[in-house]
Amino acid sequence: MSAKKKENMFSRELISFIEKWRNKPGNLIMILHQVQEEFGYVSREAADQVAYMLDIPLAKIYGVLSFYHFFKTTKPGDHNIQVCLGTACYLKGGDMLVEELGSLLGIGLNEVTEDGRFSLEGVRCVGCCGLAPVLTVGKEVFGKVTKDQLPGIISKFS
Amino acid sequence: MNTVHMKINGKPVEIEAGSNILAAAKKANVNIPTLCYHPDLPAWAACGLCVVKQENSPKLLRACAAPVQENLSIITHDAELYQIRKTVIEMILSTHPNDCLMCARNGTCELQRFAAEFGVREQPYEVRLVDLPKDTSTTSIVLDPSKCIKCGRCVQVCQDMQGVFALEFIGRGDHTVVSPAADLPLNDSPCIKCGQCSAHCPVGAIYEKDEIGDFVRAVSNPELHVVTQIAPAVRVALGESFNLPAGTITTGKIYSALRRLGVAKVFDTNFSADLTIMEEGSELVKRLTTGKGAIPQITSCCPAWTDYMEKYYPDMIPNFSTAKSPMMMQGAITKTYYAEKANVDPATIYSVAIMPCTAKKYEIGRDDNMHASGFKDVDLVLTTREFARLIKASGIDFLTLEDEKADSPIGEYAGAGTIFGNTGGVMEAALRTAYNLMTGEDLKNVEIDAVRGMEGVRTGEVDIKGTTLKVAVAHGMANVSTLLEEVREAKANGDEPPYHFIEVMACRGGCVSGGGQPYATTDEVRAQRIAGLYTDDEQSEVRCSHQNPEIKQIYADYLGAPLSEKSHHLLHTTYTERPLYKH
Ligand code: SF4
Ligand code: SF4
Ligand code: SF4
Ligand code: FES
Repeated sequence: MSAKKKENMFSRELISFIEKWRNKPGNLIMILHQVQEEFGYVSREAADQVAYMLDIPLAKIYGVLSFYHFFKTTKPGDHNIQVCLGTACYLKGGDMLVEELGSLLGIGLNEVTEDGRFSLEGVRCVGCCGLAPVLTVGKEVFGKVTKDQLPGIISKFS
Repeated sequence: MNTVHMKINGKPVEIEAGSNILAAAKKANVNIPTLCYHPDLPAWAACGLCVVKQENSPKLLRACAAPVQENLSIITHDAELYQIRKTVIEMILSTHPNDCLMCARNGTCELQRFAAEFGVREQPYEVRLVDLPKDTSTTSIVLDPSKCIKCGRCVQVCQDMQGVFALEFIGRGDHTVVSPAADLPLNDSPCIKCGQCSAHCPVGAIYEKDEIGDFVRAVSNPELHVVTQIAPAVRVALGESFNLPAGTITTGKIYSALRRLGVAKVFDTNFSADLTIMEEGSELVKRLTTGKGAIPQITSCCPAWTDYMEKYYPDMIPNFSTAKSPMMMQGAITKTYYAEKANVDPATIYSVAIMPCTAKKYEIGRDDNMHASGFKDVDLVLTTREFARLIKASGIDFLTLEDEKADSPIGEYAGAGTIFGNTGGVMEAALRTAYNLMTGEDLKNVEIDAVRGMEGVRTGEVDIKGTTLKVAVAHGMANVSTLLEEVREAKANGDEPPYHFIEVMACRGGCVSGGGQPYATTDEVRAQRIAGLYTDDEQSEVRCSHQNPEIKQIYADYLGAPLSEKSHHLLHTTYTERPLYKH
């Protein structure tokens, strides 16, 4: 493959991680996972970089990225709002929260607000069903959320 | 050979070990329906249409993927299998638009065929269609994801046969589509426009760009002087669209059909294949004898291959023959040499090429070198498939046409020109003339077996009166890497180049199975078309390009000599490194 890379955009840790995993089976998923840890998502540039370092076609990388729901290929907002849509949360109105947040922020699921401040995602069970419905903003968890609390939660991060 | 004994519907069958059950059934005169399987590709076993039963076992097997076994007894057809297969088809149809009447594959679609054979009359399952736009970004092929049945053939072709990796399955489950990486349009991807995906797609999800309308408009425009050329491989494949066996030579009928379609002149790309040999052969001899220019010299007549090289092997640019492809040479001399001779204003000439190839649609706009005449050297490319439709839609009864001859002065060809259409043919044609150029004598036996055959990579040595020429041939784009890695390695180590001359064609078997040829191409069909071209060669009075009288004439009257300044301007080109992805 002749893809050229000018400058490596990855941190030294990430590069040595990739070197370590280079020839192991299942390495691509692990490596892309690590890239997402570092950047919060896998950008086109990062995918190009991985393709170059592992000498595998870009199409193969996107095959994997698109197969796993976990991977993001667009930059999330500064504050990524994840609404749990696991069974418990769903039954307690998780989807209503998504709808309400969408209309408050003017975006749909998996979209980012124009100013780049917020993004909205639906996720599988986050493991605190007792608090359903649950949403997280960054590392902060909100439980038993009602619709009226949403403007307050948003303004907390604006 | 290890033989396996088994039974198909009670009938004993002997078959080579390692074959699949489909092949065993064929031996018992039974056809098992298949949709995802294609004999060019390893079985992927995605569709389930080929299910068969193992006698005395509840197990269902997929005949495309299951290998034969000693004492295996297989039931291929019964009431239950019929019902299963019909259900498979109905389920596929529940996710497939039913606008067959307006589909590019109407009449040639494999899914449509099975829906007809199994008498599907209703839609018992909930309909869920994919609503995604078509990708019309390339000059050559159209991708319509709404028609895709996810058989996987195109992905296997693009990755394994062609080594391009433009297409991949993107997404998962119901949302899977076949697409380039990062949601890019195909034209921004590494796609080389070979069209092999379109030739293998069972349905109307990938098909050639149809430009028949441009042809019809041109011939009905009284201001335009329409001039045509046909590629070598077209003459041994077009007949299939009219139910003739593969390999039937229909050159004379094609000339005749073109005249009835209203074109002013009928020329032949084979003439310019001879011209290519004069230029490329002289270039090779010059590189070998003067030590100037990179060795090995690599052929450049396949536009998919040049595109691939510019993207994947740009370090090989100096090794590429600068000779243009026969089609582009023919275009350039049509609007210069022919225009002058016939006293026609080149601005009014509309030049049409009938080609086995979708990449040729891309080649005519590659870069400014394709305007060597001062005009667009080739205005339009129609593939063999489009040409067949055009003949039918024009009411021409192809099979009863009288054979006619091509027009002068750029229509005559030597046998060497015609074998350009198959793997090894360009090499053989070049060697016939290179021998003459190097020794001043002609070969006694012009048939060079060392370069013939179907193996993906072939190497050999040819003796030119004491000088040994090391040659190699590759076809099926992915096969080229073995050869080029060898060349790269020798170069890196400072060793002698392992070869002097390499021929590369992107399509398996060469242009005879180009991406624009009639459907249902298998190795059997390839072999028949190739045999047709060798027969055409054998039947030619003149076998070597340099002996073609019209070739002698164009050099005497117009070009001077091979590699002359005029030749360079009209018949040679340059290459540029290109990124795999435009964005
Ligand atoms: S035209 Fe050739 S390179 Fe392009 S997608 Fe199809 S198979 Fe791949
Ligand atoms: S585009 Fe055609 S060949 Fe490719 S997966 Fe879909 S149906 Fe199969
Ligand atoms: S081998 Fe022939 S048909 Fe195939 S891409 Fe090349 S020129 Fe076209
Ligand atoms: S043809 Fe065998 S599973 Fe599709």
